[in-house]
Amino acid sequence: MSNKPAYHGGIVILISFAIAFILTMLPLSDNIKIYRPEWLTLVLIYWCVALPHRIGVFSGWCVGFLFDIHSGSLLGQHALTLAIIAYLSYKLHARIRLYPLFQQSFIILLLVALSQMLILWINGIAGETYGDWSYWIPSLTSMLIWPWLFYLMRNIRRLYGIN
Amino acid sequence: MLNGIRSIFGFVIYPLQTIASTPSELSLWVEEEFHSHQSLIDENETYRTENLLLKAQLQKFTSLQAENIRLRSLLKSSRKLSDQILIAETITVDLDPYKRQIVINKGQRSGIYAGQPILDAYGIMGQIIHPGGPSSTAILITDPSHAIPVQNNRNGLRTVLYGTGSANLLEVQNLPNNADIEVGDLLITSGLGGRFPEGYPVAVVKKIKRDPGQPFAQIIAEASAHLEQSREVLLVMNSDRKIPKNDAQEHTQTQNNTNEAEQ
Repeated sequence: MSNKPAYHGGIVILISFAIAFILTMLPLSDNIKIYRPEWLTLVLIYWCVALPHRIGVFSGWCVGFLFDIHSGSLLGQHALTLAIIAYLSYKLHARIRLYPLFQQSFIILLLVALSQMLILWINGIAGETYGDWSYWIPSLTSMLIWPWLFYLMRNIRRLYGIN
Repeated sequence: MLNGIRSIFGFVIYPLQTIASTPSELSLWVEEEFHSHQSLIDENETYRTENLLLKAQLQKFTSLQAENIRLRSLLKSSRKLSDQILIAETITVDLDPYKRQIVINKGQRSGIYAGQPILDAYGIMGQIIHPGGPSSTAILITDPSHAIPVQNNRNGLRTVLYGTGSANLLEVQNLPNNADIEVGDLLITSGLGGRFPEGYPVAVVKKIKRDPGQPFAQIIAEASAHLEQSREVLLVMNSDRKIPKNDAQEHTQTQNNTNEAEQ
């Protein structure tokens, strides 16, 4: 075994982020829109936990930056938020891996709610409006979708032997 | 500089946006493709009648315009009567749900610039804020951070319309209680501020609440443009800007001759 382990499957990681992007952008009707999970945050957390040596703060920043470009939000607000989320999931990755799925979901709830709170703070400073309680629904739907996403992503990761 | 960064990285995002908008475009295509023969005939019929009506109105418009120019030249006031229009399509993607923005499929390559007004067949929709390479982001007049100078079409009363953030509503914040404004009044762009061309419909006054305890009347207006439905949008080109050659055939001029009243 050489000193530098050969990383592979980078393309799969990129595609997973691309799919998360598309799911985030997909036009939905106003009634369903508020339930949309935070796909980007979830996929980022998964990769940070599964491959902490490859995906981390910098990847989180890049993904957030691209999302800022897309959504027309303040340039850097999602970049900052996702970088912080990536840092936290990197710090917690050893624990999160040991938790049963049910318990993991609660950590996810906290992380996604934190990311939403950071966005809300930045929006507040920039003088933008806040809707109502439905703003927080994505945290709950993200928590509910996490176990399935986790299984799916783990199978994909094993299938392509990404490490 | 930040806009430069946005337009560069916009190229990375554009393919993803295109993919994300495919399902809704596909459903539209299917709908169009499987239209029944009868409904097409019906539709054609309606368009023909509408066309006839519009042409008849246009005849009157031409003579009125000529008269207007004559009168204005008598008054020695100048006014540009021609606006160049470029047509773009919206890309259906969801953006920040707490902002009112849309993405359109034309960018700097077609000569689009920041601050350019966009409209649909019914009125002003908003303006471009981030012109990208292949696509651009536009802010709608209903965005809470947007304001547009307007005047009342009935009596010329000037004011400013602010976005509220809700789907179709705008508000007038600074008209006193005794201002001459009524439910049903049409508010048109006043052309002040130099950003929006003068005389396009913006909104219709929907509700007025005059509370004697408050210094200003609470006035809610409904946008004339179909902000959430329009697929094709029109971009008004500023007349002193050059249009790139490859897009020239897409441009139509509302008036062929650039009439200026003052000769």
